[in-house]
Amino acid sequence: MISAPAFLSNPERFMAFSRWAAPLFGATAVLLAVTGLWLGFTAPEDYQQGDTVRIMFIHVPAAWLSMFAYICLGIASFLSLVFRHALADAAAKSAAPLGAGFTALALVTGSLWGRPMWGTWWVWDARLTSVLVLFLFYLAYMALRSALDDEAKAARACAILALVGLVNLPVVHWSVNWWNSLHQGVTVFAKGGPKMAPVFLVPLLLMVLAYMAAFGALWLVRIRGEVWRRRADAALSRLART
Amino acid sequence: MLDLEFGKYEGFIWAAYGISALVFVLLTVASLRFSAHWKRQAEQLKAQEDARS
Amino acid sequence: MSLAWELLKRETALAWGRGGGPLVSAGFYLGVATLLPLAAGPEPARLAAVAPGVAWVTLALATLLGLDRLFERDYEDGALDLLTLSPLPLEFVCALKCLGQWLATGLPLALAAPITEIALGGSPALAPLVLISAMIGGLAFAFAGGIGAALSLGARRGGLLTAVIVLPLFTPPVIFGGGALDAFASGLPWGAGFVLLCAYATAAIALGPLAMAAACRNALS
Repeated sequence: MISAPAFLSNPERFMAFSRWAAPLFGATAVLLAVTGLWLGFTAPEDYQQGDTVRIMFIHVPAAWLSMFAYICLGIASFLSLVFRHALADAAAKSAAPLGAGFTALALVTGSLWGRPMWGTWWVWDARLTSVLVLFLFYLAYMALRSALDDEAKAARACAILALVGLVNLPVVHWSVNWWNSLHQGVTVFAKGGPKMAPVFLVPLLLMVLAYMAAFGALWLVRIRGEVWRRRADAALSRLART
Repeated sequence: MLDLEFGKYEGFIWAAYGISALVFVLLTVASLRFSAHWKRQAEQLKAQEDARS
Repeated sequence: MSLAWELLKRETALAWGRGGGPLVSAGFYLGVATLLPLAAGPEPARLAAVAPGVAWVTLALATLLGLDRLFERDYEDGALDLLTLSPLPLEFVCALKCLGQWLATGLPLALAAPITEIALGGSPALAPLVLISAMIGGLAFAFAGGIGAALSLGARRGGLLTAVIVLPLFTPPVIFGGGALDAFASGLPWGAGFVLLCAYATAAIALGPLAMAAACRNALS
C-alpha cells in the first residue's frame, strides 16, 4: 500500500510541523493581503467597471478558495477512506466550515458586484448556480457530521458524501451551462473570461495567494484543535475506565 | 494614489469588504478558540491521568 | 435469480407500505395542484406556463417521501445485517431496494405527473413526454436519493438530513428534465435534454449502489 507523506500521517510530526507552519502562513497571508490591497486601491478605476472592480479583489479569491477548499476536502476524504488515517479525517472535517465561509463570501460579494454592474443581485448563470450548489454541499457535509454520534462512522459516511459531491459538482456546472444555452439568459461573461489589465491582475493574484495562505493557516489551526480534541476524548475515556 | 472615493458604488464596495473582514475575523476567532479550548482540555486530562498513575 | 426476485418483491411491498402506492402519490400531487393556484394566483396563462415545471419539481420533492425509511427500517430491525450475509452482493441488494422504491412510489408518481400538468392547464400534447421523463427521472431520483438515505443511517433527524444531502444531487436531473419539457413546450428540439436525463439516470444506477453499499457497510460496522 502506498503511504501518505509521513508528516501528514503521523500526528506527532504533524503537530511539530503545524506549530510553526500555521503562524507562518498567517503572517504570509497578512503581508500578501496588505500589499494586494494597497496595489488594488491605488490602481486606477476600470473603464468599464469603474470602482466596482475593487470588489473583484476579494470576490475572485473567495470564489477560487471555495473550489480549492472543496478539492482539499475531497483529497483528505479520499485519504481517510482509503488509508483510514485519523489525521486525514481531521483535515476533511476542518476544511468544511472554512470552505462554507469562503463560499458564502463568494456568493455575497458576487451579489454586491452584480447589483451595480448587471442591475441584479443574482442571475442563474452556470458559475453562480454551481457555487450555490457547492454551498449546499458544505452544509450537507456539516449537517451529516453533526448528526452522527459515532466518530468513526461519521468519518467514513462524510468521506463517501464528499466523494459523491466531487463527482456531482462538475455535472452540476455542466448542466447549468447547458441549461443556460437553452434559455439564452444574460450573457455576463465574455468568452475566455474577462480580460484584465496587469494593473488589476497583480493585486488580484496577490489577494488569491493571501486567501490561500489564510486558508492554510486556519486549516492547520483547526486540525490542531481537532487532534487535541481527540486526545482529550481518548484521555477522558481512559479516565472513565479506571 | 490611494483612492478611497467610490462615488455611487460606495455602499456596495464597503459592504463587500466589511462582510469579508467580518467573516475572516469570525473564522479566525472561532478556529483559535476551538484549538485553544481543546488544547487546554487535553492538557488538563493528561495531568489528571498522570496524577492518578 | 429467484432470490433477487423475492427480494425485489419484498422491497416493493415494504416501500408500498411506507408511503408508496397510488393513493399517497396522487394525494400529494393533488395537494400541490390545489395549493399552487392559491399561492401563485389563478390566472390560467400563468398557471399553464409553469405547469410542466411544477409537475416536474413536485416529482423530485415527492421522491423524498419515504426515502428516509428506505434503509432505516431494515437497519433498525437487523434485516440489513442479514442482507449483507446473503449470497447477493450488497451493491446489488441496494440497487434492488432502490428499484423497489421506484416501483412502489416512482411509478405511481410518474402516472400522476401528466394529470397534474394537464389539470394546471398545461398542454395535453406535453403529457406523454411528462410521463416518460417522470419515469426515467424517477429512477434517477430513487438511485441518487438512496445514497442520501444510506448515508444518514443511524443519524439523528434522519429524514431532514436525507433531504439536505440529496437535493444537490437532484440538481442535474431536474435541469435536464425541465429543459426537455421547456424545449418541447416552446417547439424547440427537446431530444438533448431527454438524452442527458437518461444518461444521468444510467450513471446514478451504475454508481449509486457503490456509494450506498459502502455507506451501509459503514453504518453496520
